[in-house]
Amino acid sequence: MITVAPQVNNADANNKLDLANLSPEQTALEIKDLDLYYGDKQALSKINMLIPKGEVTAFIGPSGCGKSTLLRCINRMNDLVDSCRIEGEINLQGQNIYDKSVDVAALRRNVGMVFQRPNPFPKSIYENVVYGLRLQGIKDKRKLDEVVERSLRGAALWDEVKDRLHDSAFGLSGGQQQRLVIARSIAIEPEVLLLDEPTSALDPISTLVIEELINDLKDKYTVVIVTHNMQQAARVSDQTAFMYMGELIEYSDTNTLFTTPTKKKTEDYITGRYG
Amino acid sequence: MVRQWFKSGSPWIWMTGGAVSISLISVIGLLAMIAWKGLSFFWPTEVVEFELEGSVAKQTVIGEIYDREMVPKARLEAAGYDFSDYQDEYIERLLVKTGNREYVELDFRWILTTDIQSRTVPEDMAVFERSKNGNFYGYVVRVIEDGKVVTQQPVERLEFLVERAVELNEEALDLQNGDIGHINYELERLRLKERGYQLDNELTDKVKAELEAQRAQLREEYKVFEKRLFELRADAKRDYVVVRDMRGEEVTLPLYQVLDVWFPNNMGFFSKVGHYFSQTGKFISDDPREANTEGGVFPAIFGTVFMVMLMAVIVTPFGVIAAIYLHEYAAKNAVTKMIRIAVINLAGVPSIVYGVFGLGFFVYMLGGSIDQLFYPEAAPSPVFGTPGVIWSALTLAILTLPVVIVSTEEGLSRIPSSVRHGSLALGATKAETLWRIIVPMASPAIMTGLILAVARAAGEVAPLMLVGVVKMAPTLPLDGNFPYIHLDRKFMHLGFHIYDVGFQSPNVEAARPLVYATAFLLVTVIIALNITAIGIRNHLREKFRALEH
Repeated sequence: MITVAPQVNNADANNKLDLANLSPEQTALEIKDLDLYYGDKQALSKINMLIPKGEVTAFIGPSGCGKSTLLRCINRMNDLVDSCRIEGEINLQGQNIYDKSVDVAALRRNVGMVFQRPNPFPKSIYENVVYGLRLQGIKDKRKLDEVVERSLRGAALWDEVKDRLHDSAFGLSGGQQQRLVIARSIAIEPEVLLLDEPTSALDPISTLVIEELINDLKDKYTVVIVTHNMQQAARVSDQTAFMYMGELIEYSDTNTLFTTPTKKKTEDYITGRYG
Repeated sequence: MVRQWFKSGSPWIWMTGGAVSISLISVIGLLAMIAWKGLSFFWPTEVVEFELEGSVAKQTVIGEIYDREMVPKARLEAAGYDFSDYQDEYIERLLVKTGNREYVELDFRWILTTDIQSRTVPEDMAVFERSKNGNFYGYVVRVIEDGKVVTQQPVERLEFLVERAVELNEEALDLQNGDIGHINYELERLRLKERGYQLDNELTDKVKAELEAQRAQLREEYKVFEKRLFELRADAKRDYVVVRDMRGEEVTLPLYQVLDVWFPNNMGFFSKVGHYFSQTGKFISDDPREANTEGGVFPAIFGTVFMVMLMAVIVTPFGVIAAIYLHEYAAKNAVTKMIRIAVINLAGVPSIVYGVFGLGFFVYMLGGSIDQLFYPEAAPSPVFGTPGVIWSALTLAILTLPVVIVSTEEGLSRIPSSVRHGSLALGATKAETLWRIIVPMASPAIMTGLILAVARAAGEVAPLMLVGVVKMAPTLPLDGNFPYIHLDRKFMHLGFHIYDVGFQSPNVEAARPLVYATAFLLVTVIIALNITAIGIRNHLREKFRALEH
């Protein structure tokens, strides 16, 4: 039985980052004056934030506040929405991802994403994991085998599926499928991993497993997670951003945000007055 | 009370359930009728000997009872017969298949039951199935083997000799169609080659000599085969059987024309079953004879299946690619909508219009151009510029294209966007996502489209009459001569066969059971094709089961 104490993860208060003034080495992503419109409707306005490298950053806020939209901006999934228009910059490694010269497919290889519902492909477990590698034209069987094992271990799924790698991914449980999707994302070794409410369709036990996994993932990847579950944000994240009505209200380390919020709206939200 | 009943909703259940039952009953009834009428034809019915006197002169009639009906006495009296002795208002008459076509005027005749003086079912009555002139009924008098009369157990010996003649005939036919056909095919190719050189002004003496040498060699081979063929034929012609027919005269039947002999009145149940299956087997595997009114329908089965498969191979990629463009790439505007409506409406165009289009566009334009470009040596006789199996398949492919497009599009729109996003998020481009994930997941829907297309195409006859189907095709579109698949050849089709046998044949009564049997076979072929496709679809569905959580 896995137990995760519902306590704030980043207990080491001395190690607090100054989120307003991160050095370029510490920064994974820089979001600068980001505005987003769906047709005439503005969904995000003037978002400015620095997301630190190798840490877990959570976006919280009531439904419709724009937290998922912001997340989808980071790997340009919003490009798929015809009416969507974006102004401003998101810089990854000093490069604006909305620059015309950017190859979107290459960007998405660098910024992996896990969705709300597990979405394995109708293929075997093995083929799901190597999908991204096959896209890159990698055929070497030994290399693929190695990546499959490493990724599945990384996603804490190896022991459960190592004997049925060539069975359909649909035979897995929901939680296993979600971990498979994470394994699939980390198989191509992205720098940033975006998690869009990854546990909202899962049962409590699977949720705990995924939360533990998130903790392990930050050793190698910068993780950005959207969640509507405040306890989850408190448990897994180092930084938390509270969003409301398309605006970034407050952004600080998780401990501070949950214990001593500076904004009235934040306090109202985390004390459960709305949302 | 009634209001409450209406309110409860049960009238709806009764109405909808009733509609389903009526549909089911009509489908099953139709199938049962064709199956019964078609399949009972092969059962060996007893052969009856009637002694007639009355409205006709005293005579003997031997035959199978084919049908019976009640005729009003008044009608017969109006025709000049006298029936004043009979009380009944209706008189029964029998349709008897008497066979022996070359000795009697009609091999089917009506006899009035009032004329029947006696009716016997003689055990030693023999039925001869012949390769010419249909069945022959009569008593075996003598069997002549190699000029001598067989004295011991003539009937057993007869059966053996018939089998021997059939085998020799088959061997001769194989030789004729196989080796000799091959030589003829090669000779024709040499002629075309020579003509080709001539057109290119390359027909030097050296080339000429070479071709002549090849030709001489083929002729040499031909002589060997021809000799063997004549030997086989002469051997098959060795034996005879003398039969007494219903006129009481002795008729000599050469055994090389006899395909089978049986004694239906002396058969037990199991030998009847055996005979039934062998006749059914022959119907499925033999070539037609006697203007399609006898023999089997194998070329028609083969032609139907071959053409439908060719059509499926053509229509699937076109339909799928068109659907992908419409659904994935085309801008969602009025033009796309118009195109979609136009595609759907194409399904409503009468099929004969497609036939006319196919003849004009495919056969004359496309085929004519191909002939000009690639087969100038064959002129003036066309190769592709004449109706053929490829043009039939293409015409039906256009006819069924809307079905495939519509169901593929439906399949594409049913795929959850989360799977698309998952692939895109891994750095796949749209095209990669399509070919690796979306199209495989849409494959059950594509198969559904294909099933509908096959069902429609296999039953379509009208357009084919213009673009490739013939009453009698001497060769199959697939054989052992290079290049093995001959897409330019004309072919036979079960649907057209039904039309031809049922309505274009000189002997309607003889052909009627064949119409039913062929119809049943056509339905069976379509069902078999569909079940195969449905099996594949279910397999795919299982594989790409939608994400359900």
